[in-house]
Amino acid sequence: MITCKDFLRELNDFLDETTDPVLRAELERHINECPNCWVICDTTKKTIQVYKGMEAQNLPEPVHERLMSMIAKKKPGCCGGGDTH
Amino acid sequence: MDHEHPEVTSATDPAAAELALVDRARNGDVAAFGELISKYERRVYRMARQITQNDEDAEDVLQEAFLKAFGHLDSFQGQSKFYTWLTRIAVNESLMKLRKRKSDRTVSLDENIETDEEPIVREIAVWDDNPELRYSQEEIRQILDKAIEGLKPIFRTVFILRDVEELSTEETAEMLGLSIAAVKSRLLRARLQLREKLTRVFKRKGEQILGYAK
Repeated sequence: MITCKDFLRELNDFLDETTDPVLRAELERHINECPNCWVICDTTKKTIQVYKGMEAQNLPEPVHERLMSMIAKKKPGCCGGGDTH
Repeated sequence: MDHEHPEVTSATDPAAAELALVDRARNGDVAAFGELISKYERRVYRMARQITQNDEDAEDVLQEAFLKAFGHLDSFQGQSKFYTWLTRIAVNESLMKLRKRKSDRTVSLDENIETDEEPIVREIAVWDDNPELRYSQEEIRQILDKAIEGLKPIFRTVFILRDVEELSTEETAEMLGLSIAAVKSRLLRARLQLREKLTRVFKRKGEQILGYAK
């Protein structure tokens, strides 16, 4: 028997569709019977979607120009000055 | 007509085309690297800005990340995507910026977090479908920025890498030097905290926010 706490604990994997089919079926049964968990699941899914759908803002033109001019002055392998990570 | 045209295949395969650009840049072709910049600068800047929450820091990160990438193209083996490799550099630069900010007491990514702790849900209300459509691009950007700004760096960085940059849990863990369990735990908290903040904005009109009955 899945509780609300169990559902919350599994929410990530449920949303990422990485739960095994047996557990997934139990979780689905739970949200069909528990309005609160259904809302939590639905609004968390929408939270992720809205961030994924956010378009990257255009760079301010001076920022782009400064970057391009810095790169133009460099040659590969001779700059960076730090670890390659 | 049946002859194969590998050069055509290569030109239409985005991954192969990108590797060709990297190769040209590695051989000193600045214009080729410029194409890679134009392709990814907005994403790198957005990520840096979201992690650092600061325009100047984001510009510094952008410049450092591309300069280091250009300077170390020889170490890019092509086993991962170029953008993943670039992201790794940009994330490190962003975290260094955060750590330099002495006034920010919440910058440690190594902060001990109980992974067994129960996630907290306080507010529940139904949202409209596609609530973001009620707002302009600029308005929605401000709403999302404000919500993510309120998260601790440890949470927002994991969220950005997993849910905005769409890296895998394993890639995120490796990039941040965290365990898989720590990434999952932080991601859950980040998602739930953002959900709560956005519920205050996106809840359906007339819908009451209720407490979570455990």
